[in-house]
Amino acid sequence: MKPTDTQDPDYFHKVVDCQWGCPAHTDVPLYIRLIAQGRFSDAYMENRRSNVFPGILGRVCDRPCEPACRRGRVEENGKPVAICRLKRVAADHRDDISDRLPRAPERSNGKRVALIGAGPASLTVANDLMPLGYSCTLFEALDEPGGLMRTNIPSFRLPATVLNEEISMITDMGVDVRLGHRIESMRALLDEGYDAVFVGTGAPRGKNLDAPGRYDDPAHVHIGIDWLESVAFGHVEKIGRRVLIIGAGNTAMDCCRTSLRLGAEEVKVIARKPRDHFKASPWELEDAEEENVEIVINHSPKAFVTENGRLVGMSFDELAYERRDDGSLSRPEVVGERFMPADDIVLAIGQDNAFPWIERDIGIEFNEWDVPEVDETTFQSTRDGVFFGGDAAFGPKNIIWAVEHGHQAAISIHKHCQGEPLDERPPRGVEMSPTKMGIHEWSYSNDYAPAERRLMPHVDLKRRFKNLDIEVEMGFTVEQTIEEVERCLNCDIQTVFSAPDCIECDACIDICPVDCLTITENREHDELVQNLKAEVLNPDQPLYVSEPLAQTRRVMVKDENLCVHCGLCAERCPTGAWDMQKSTIFFPHARDVAGLTEESPCQTVRKTG
Amino acid sequence: MTYIRKPRIVHSGLERNELGLTLRDYEGGMSTLCAGCGHDSITAAIVQAFFELSIPPHKVAKMSGIGCSSKTPAYFLSASHGFNSVHGRMPSVATGANAANRDLYYIGVSGDGDSLSIGLGQFAHALRRKLNMLYLIENNGVYGLTKGQFSASADVGSRAKKGEVNEQPPIDPVVLAISQGCNFVARGFSGDKRQLVPLIKAGLLNPGFGMIDIISPCVTFNDHEGSTKSYAYTREHQHEAVHADYIPRRQEIEVDYEAGEVATVELHDGNKLLLKKAEAVYDLRDRAAAIDYVISHHRRGEIVTGMLYMGRDEREMHDVSNTTRQPLMSLPYETLCPGADALAELQRGMR
Repeated sequence: MKPTDTQDPDYFHKVVDCQWGCPAHTDVPLYIRLIAQGRFSDAYMENRRSNVFPGILGRVCDRPCEPACRRGRVEENGKPVAICRLKRVAADHRDDISDRLPRAPERSNGKRVALIGAGPASLTVANDLMPLGYSCTLFEALDEPGGLMRTNIPSFRLPATVLNEEISMITDMGVDVRLGHRIESMRALLDEGYDAVFVGTGAPRGKNLDAPGRYDDPAHVHIGIDWLESVAFGHVEKIGRRVLIIGAGNTAMDCCRTSLRLGAEEVKVIARKPRDHFKASPWELEDAEEENVEIVINHSPKAFVTENGRLVGMSFDELAYERRDDGSLSRPEVVGERFMPADDIVLAIGQDNAFPWIERDIGIEFNEWDVPEVDETTFQSTRDGVFFGGDAAFGPKNIIWAVEHGHQAAISIHKHCQGEPLDERPPRGVEMSPTKMGIHEWSYSNDYAPAERRLMPHVDLKRRFKNLDIEVEMGFTVEQTIEEVERCLNCDIQTVFSAPDCIECDACIDICPVDCLTITENREHDELVQNLKAEVLNPDQPLYVSEPLAQTRRVMVKDENLCVHCGLCAERCPTGAWDMQKSTIFFPHARDVAGLTEESPCQTVRKTG
Repeated sequence: MTYIRKPRIVHSGLERNELGLTLRDYEGGMSTLCAGCGHDSITAAIVQAFFELSIPPHKVAKMSGIGCSSKTPAYFLSASHGFNSVHGRMPSVATGANAANRDLYYIGVSGDGDSLSIGLGQFAHALRRKLNMLYLIENNGVYGLTKGQFSASADVGSRAKKGEVNEQPPIDPVVLAISQGCNFVARGFSGDKRQLVPLIKAGLLNPGFGMIDIISPCVTFNDHEGSTKSYAYTREHQHEAVHADYIPRRQEIEVDYEAGEVATVELHDGNKLLLKKAEAVYDLRDRAAAIDYVISHHRRGEIVTGMLYMGRDEREMHDVSNTTRQPLMSLPYETLCPGADALAELQRGMR
């Protein structure tokens, strides 16, 4: 194999599984280390740089980082580091950081940008463009900003105070916020002469279930996201005693738990498929079950049943699947029928984009599914200067994806306004900095902590239903935080090898606690992996192959999959051929493209390292 | 020295042996030797050998004397017995232990100082006694613990770190062992586990005294230019005469060597050694030829490694001395200590 090019920013980035898994590429190990040092404000700012809403995401992020976390692979039945919970620790315990927030310059650059829909995507665009001098106008149909973060996520999971504060950090830069201002015509908006328009209107149309009886008692059949919105704004305050939630995604989980707080006593979530095929995150399912919500699997809705014009329940087909070898399911077979009584039914079976307000003859092309054609890199539509992001661009995803779309769209908008080509994206970079403090001392906590994942403490079941906005999750205690931060394996502290210095004494190979190092004759990939000390279990993780070694021309090979970054290879190396270095992967945002720099917490770490 | 211990992580790629144990179960404490010490690699090879042989750690006794080498039994097989004895006197203590319990696997770890200087007499007599143990000499040519003086195995002309040149002829433990009637003599290199691990496995199963001299560079005091026991020098001048592969009884022998002469030697327990000679060398059973081969190559500056001599005398100390087949602790008290009358009877027969 050819020697690995570790200058390629993707190489070390891929070793940091959480950061690689995060759409916004938050430097997770760095901020966990800052929390460990008690530097909550620095940790918060490091988060904010990439994900903009640490307090919000620390509660309700979809957490793609956690399934990716190496900790889950390293131990048998291992659980990932509670990354999301730690993010909240930073947000909960930070000091006043208002003087560290980005500010708009005193003079605008004269460019006007319209942002439609005040959700996470548009807010991120404003966050990135305001400091560059753009005049941003944010249009929101509802009376409060936040988008689905406000309307669809119940306040017992995300308190309004947290939401308001993090939105204000952006809007207080001087965003012209027009609440209660629904854009009815794109053509009319374009006629107002904005330099760029960003559409961040989400996927606001909840899917309907057009089964027999659907309209016999429409007052007691609800579309999930609309119903949640009505609850959020206080228009709905009650629901019947027995409630059926149709669907098993995260919206269904929010619907069932909200029902319990509006007077429901018997709540069932009805899913078509078995549990391992649910769309809901496992932790949201657990939280719902903790509140005694019953999860019913393998039932397909058949008809709404009414008696004398009043909804009394729903009939279902009971389904059976065969499981194929790859875990996928066969087409279901109907094996029975079942009636379940209900006073109200909430449909949470998905949501769609809806753009009735965009005229189809203004140069914005729509595809066969009636969603706009959007470039996946630049986020521009087929009309110059009109951009899409968040759920509005490629259908429902999640908040953290919306944030990343916002970052990318902001870069595009800036380039568009400066007359630069959009498809020339700023390059990523990687910077390595030493962590060596002494002979066996590193500027990170390198010892392996065998502790298990800490569990989030919850408000007790009796108390939590009294009020809709009692936040259930209480946040980690100090003790829990201390344990949990040490579970992080510091995957960003990279093992960096210098082949000319190696004397092939085997010290690193013998000491490695996970057997990830081998010195062997260089061969092609398939043959080489046969000769490694431990079997390659995760081909997605890169193999490091060194330059030929001085004495025998063999190569040092490292399987990055299981490395716990304990630094023992470097500690046991007599010649310093192994070193532990912090990789900082550089992900350019609009401010970098515009040439604005700012002191980041990671630069402070570098100074002490 | 290091400040953190090697973490014990049971990852899913970790192999298990016939006993269901992992390599981690054969490891020991954290080494306090210099980083890069050849001894640590030998420790790893010992761990690997015991793991592969599926020997229960509690059936092993680790013996050592004094020196850097003699610290190493602390770094493997934490769950076994051990005795860190007096400088150069490990063979006596091992003899006593073996006399009392012949059922254990005895592994002695010594160094060139412990065995070839202060302990030369003890070493030579343990060989003659056919003490059933595997005796490893971690040979680096210097006294590392006392900061790098030449040891009795330093080659003539070898240069110390500070520049002085050694004038006294070396004692070669391989030649000594063959000449004293040792039945199993080999030489390895800490930097070549592919050769060393099978040698250790074979040596553990060989009855009687087995000796492996292992070149183990002292990374602090003897890894410079001018040293004949550095990593670089050993790699350049190593000449593997006979490669031995340990083949368990139940495993088919697959001969896939391309060149050289291949022979199998059956060990007493039915396991086999597959020997591959790099060239038409000599008969491994021929003491004189083996000594001649080693000495003549040494004269040319070559370090001959591999399986170097295998005798035909498979008796060990207990066979020679005609002692009881059972470990003493398993004998009933009356048998072990038959009383004053039995003693008087014995003495009467000697009058």
